[in-house]
Amino acid sequence: MATSAAPKPRAGGALPADELRSYLRQMLLIRRFEERAGEAYSLGKIGGFCHLYIGQEALAVGTIAALRPDDYVIGAYREHGQALARGMSARSVMAELFGKLTGCSHGKGGSMHLFDAGRNFMGGHGIVGGQIPLAAGFGFAIKYRQGDQVVACYFGEAAVNIGSFHEALNMASLWQLPVVFIIENNGYGMGTALARASSILDLSHRAYSYAMANEMVDGQDVLTVKAAMEKAVDRARQEQKPTLLEIRTYRYVGHSMSDAAHGTYRTKEEVEQYRQRDPILLLRDRMLGDGLIDQAGYDGLEKDVIAEVEDAAAFADASPDPDPAELFTDVYAPRQ
Amino acid sequence: MAVITYREALNQALREEMQRDPDVFLMGEEVAEYDGAYKVSRGLHKEFGGMRVVDTPIAELGFAGIGVGAAMVGLRPVIEFMTWNFALLAIDQVVNSAAKLRYMSGGQIGCPIVFRGPGGAALQLGAQHSQSLESWYAHIPGLKVVMPGTPADAKGLLKSAIRDDDPVVFIEGEMLYNVKGEVPEEAEFLIPIGQAEVKRAGTDVTIVCHSKMVTVGLKAAEQLAAEGINAEVVDLRTIRPLDTETVLASVAKTNRCVVLEEGWSFAGVGAQVVDVVQREAFDWLDAPILRVTGADVPMPYNKHLEKAAKVDVTKAIAAVKQVLYLA
Repeated sequence: MATSAAPKPRAGGALPADELRSYLRQMLLIRRFEERAGEAYSLGKIGGFCHLYIGQEALAVGTIAALRPDDYVIGAYREHGQALARGMSARSVMAELFGKLTGCSHGKGGSMHLFDAGRNFMGGHGIVGGQIPLAAGFGFAIKYRQGDQVVACYFGEAAVNIGSFHEALNMASLWQLPVVFIIENNGYGMGTALARASSILDLSHRAYSYAMANEMVDGQDVLTVKAAMEKAVDRARQEQKPTLLEIRTYRYVGHSMSDAAHGTYRTKEEVEQYRQRDPILLLRDRMLGDGLIDQAGYDGLEKDVIAEVEDAAAFADASPDPDPAELFTDVYAPRQ
Repeated sequence: MAVITYREALNQALREEMQRDPDVFLMGEEVAEYDGAYKVSRGLHKEFGGMRVVDTPIAELGFAGIGVGAAMVGLRPVIEFMTWNFALLAIDQVVNSAAKLRYMSGGQIGCPIVFRGPGGAALQLGAQHSQSLESWYAHIPGLKVVMPGTPADAKGLLKSAIRDDDPVVFIEGEMLYNVKGEVPEEAEFLIPIGQAEVKRAGTDVTIVCHSKMVTVGLKAAEQLAAEGINAEVVDLRTIRPLDTETVLASVAKTNRCVVLEEGWSFAGVGAQVVDVVQREAFDWLDAPILRVTGADVPMPYNKHLEKAAKVDVTKAIAAVKQVLYLA
């Protein structure tokens, strides 16, 4: 467990209604966006790999809520959720999935390589663990320039077994870099259950090898996630120290688009069981219970989100492909 | 002009660029307190301190990635690999991150980084420490690959590499560090990336070479001159982007071509040179192009076997005579 800061109250009641409403809306947006992306994929509008975030929404929303706009965010290839939570428009993300010129990476990146330099969204990265040293590099640059930004680095639980994780965490702790390393533990690396891949199951404990602060967090409760992230961000910003957060979550869908949600490596019952603690319903029910939203308000929010997603899909569909001449641009820097 | 070693030339380039631009830093194993495994960074830690000359753990993949990350947000890292053999542990970050970030991000994120260190075989270091891997990196769009063969080129090209906005793979010659040569002293002595140089003008045959093979090519040309054969020696200096114009102009003049290369033959740099020359200068050629390469084996330890595996002046001369139909 992390020790340096006293835990903040978990709140709910302590947070203003419009803030909670914003988290609810962001999670709904990610959910409906991903469902729409899945549909578009089956229609052939989206190609290649497409890793959906359904079930994990509270993780991206809760962590990014604790960041400043000038902090850095970097993720793996299941990063649509982080991109939307970071404020990238549904249009620019959907258009990128469609491979269009108007996409956030101008159609050259695709689902796994969303970038937005203006929001310090430093990419989705397609090689497991590859982004972890890059995040430490942002942290090194912050320290080099004596800045006070923080880096949020996301990766799946399967990445904790790869060398780049260990090398980067060792140096991040050795050099005291302001990075929050976030394990998105959804239980499976593709179809390999955690227990079949890792010698320990409490992945936050990996941090002890690097004398690094760490915490295991319930990833389905957006407010719990945010509170844990705030502690880690404070530690990075105030003390220039890294943290390893293990955030436990679950994906309801397959690893990518070609594998079924269940049937081979996990059972339908297991998926159903996790759906009982759905992050969106958890927050919705809490807000309904506390009188912070009513059913009509929730329905209005959902309707609004669906309209935004449909607009994004229509925009992506109508957008132009990149010009054929774009094939050869952006390989090297323009000549000075 | 001062006469200094290749090592000192690299050291000067690093010092001058670090003095010029506070965003330039050097990171790698033993670069700071130890003054560099090959002493290329001698004195830099003392002058610039531990934030700009950074010793790392033995973790090539990790510190190469940290360099790439720092470059993505605007610093200008120089990442030293103790040798390019060890850089194989880091090749994921060089190929999958550095080379592709600008493209994948639709031009939003650049990666102005230099990866540098010694390559090629030294003496009796065995199979794992005696490799020339430039063709691996030259294969990758998004990377530039630079291989100086003289002290002046080492200095002028390293300065250009550090100022370049793209990732540069800068492979030094492990056996060249003590070689001396004249090096201009002015601070703005820059050699552009992507320009070959005719190191010796000639009329009868073109010898294309790079890095340590420049020394071999020049020695071969000297001995051939004694036999009345006037060889032109073209030093590629940069492997990617390849200066095909200089090579083609030379072949158009000499009508014959031999390519020397320290590395292995299969899919080597010489294969790319041959491809261009046969396609673009077919009508000028009076003989098939020959390649002289390292033997197609892991490097043996035994010194006689090692000598047999390496390209040398004798082998280069034999190839030249063959394209002249004198052998």
